[in-house]
Amino acid sequence: MKKKLLTILAFFLAVIHFVPFYVLITTALKERGDFSSKWVLPSDINWENFSEAWEMANLGSALFNTAFITFFAATILIFVGSLAAYPLARKQTKLNKVVYYLFISVMIIPPLAALVPLYQLVVSIGLMNTRTVAILNNVASFLPLTIFLYSGFIRSTIPKSLEEAARIDGASTPGIFFKIVFPLLKPVTASVLIISCVYIWNDFQFAIFFLQDRSVHTMTVALSRFFGENANNLQLVGAASIIAMLPMVVLFLFLQKQFIKGLAAGSVKG
Amino acid sequence: MQKIKTARFKNINDSLWYMYVPALLFIGFFILYPFLNGIRISFTDWDGFSQTYNYVGLDQYTRMLSDNNTWLVLRNTLLYGVGSTVLQNVVGLLYAILLNQSIKFKAITRTIIYLPVIISPLIMGYIWYFFFAYQGGALNDIIMLFGGDPVNLLGNPDANIWIIVFVNTFQFVGVAMIIYLAGLQSISGEYYEAANIDGASSFQQFKKITLPLLMPSITINVVINIIGGLKLFDVIIALTNGGPGMASQSMSTFMYNLYFSRQDAGYAATQGVLMMLVILILSFSALIYFRSKEVEA
Repeated sequence: MKKKLLTILAFFLAVIHFVPFYVLITTALKERGDFSSKWVLPSDINWENFSEAWEMANLGSALFNTAFITFFAATILIFVGSLAAYPLARKQTKLNKVVYYLFISVMIIPPLAALVPLYQLVVSIGLMNTRTVAILNNVASFLPLTIFLYSGFIRSTIPKSLEEAARIDGASTPGIFFKIVFPLLKPVTASVLIISCVYIWNDFQFAIFFLQDRSVHTMTVALSRFFGENANNLQLVGAASIIAMLPMVVLFLFLQKQFIKGLAAGSVKG
Repeated sequence: MQKIKTARFKNINDSLWYMYVPALLFIGFFILYPFLNGIRISFTDWDGFSQTYNYVGLDQYTRMLSDNNTWLVLRNTLLYGVGSTVLQNVVGLLYAILLNQSIKFKAITRTIIYLPVIISPLIMGYIWYFFFAYQGGALNDIIMLFGGDPVNLLGNPDANIWIIVFVNTFQFVGVAMIIYLAGLQSISGEYYEAANIDGASSFQQFKKITLPLLMPSITINVVINIIGGLKLFDVIIALTNGGPGMASQSMSTFMYNLYFSRQDAGYAATQGVLMMLVILILSFSALIYFRSKEVEA
């Protein structure tokens, strides 16, 4: 009896949490000028909203920019982050301890609080409105967390004996790192990939400052501009929102376990 | 002497420092330099684009303290931070306890509750806008169906802050739920068996066993949520754009406006310093307070 009640409660929660998505779907599929209740499904589905939103909000170019920035930022992050973590985890010299704590303490600086000087810096090095600045900025902002995750993993799970054996065979340290250690880091690399892809794909705070030109808009910036211009055409905004969130939602539904594990590891960043 | 020198040199080579130089460059250039430079700019009257500016000492700081907007925005930011933290933790813990039982639908319910975490907060804001909008919003559709008058919650300064807290909680309650679920699953069943033998009620068991042993999860959740809530930006832009007037501005949106709409970069940097202090003080106090409540399992 108690179990039945709890089951009903769980089902009820699922329904409640699905409500906003249901409203999004009914909004996005209705014809312009259809003022029927948001709770009612459209009489005939209006797929043209998607193509119209795609054209009007410039979503093709925004999708390319978002994917480009996310891909390169994540790649650089994995490369630079794992490379930095290795000596910090393995060589406990005084210098390395200081550098490790420097990386970790940087995590507490809220990036938005340094917006003004960052903006000035970006303008002065001529990187305003470039995909490059979004890539570099995102890399810098996720590096401390990446180094933290990688060095923790190297310290706790990669046996030193492997590297010592390779050293006897005459391999150089970078050679040992790339040939032997890096392939063993796959679980953290997966977490870093998921954290960085989700946050960088969804980034709005940085993108709205540094990517103001239409040609470099990411999905979130394009969407916010589109909403500003079409506050009366909510069905188009709804359609554009669905297009913008679809890639991550599909990935999440296929890789749910990895997503939840990876994001839990990264939640310290907040 | 010679010996010490080579030893030190060897030590430096041992550090393999060249492997973290690229990372140091990134952090130095994009985080540390702007951070320090921001403190410097907060002592100037820079407008954000001119080549020249003056150092004005503490003028921007005294201006900040006497600016009514500072206190309004600080109050809002605290409501966003503390409100979201309390709600996310209470609701997240209740969800975790429910979904830790062996019941049907729990996997799908978990997925649906967690789904918003991976969606951009800006988009979640727009989705809820469809729900709360004055004209043609889903909420007013229901109210009018029952013959009521439509309500303009997003335009009402007393209500819209709580709507924003609610939307932020709805989006990230999945994170709290997952962390609490992991915490609950790590508590050994023996404690409950022993408590059952001693005849402790469910509520006593929750208070005396579950809650104390869950403290590490509570610490993580509170710190994450407080930082996230104090930095709130995207949802506010999507739902109210900080309005009406200044009514729902947070420190983040206020800084954005000062810089881009009012060309008041020096003052924006000063507000940035305040924001940094508020986040640091609150997150560290929370960390220290909840850490001190943790017990050895």
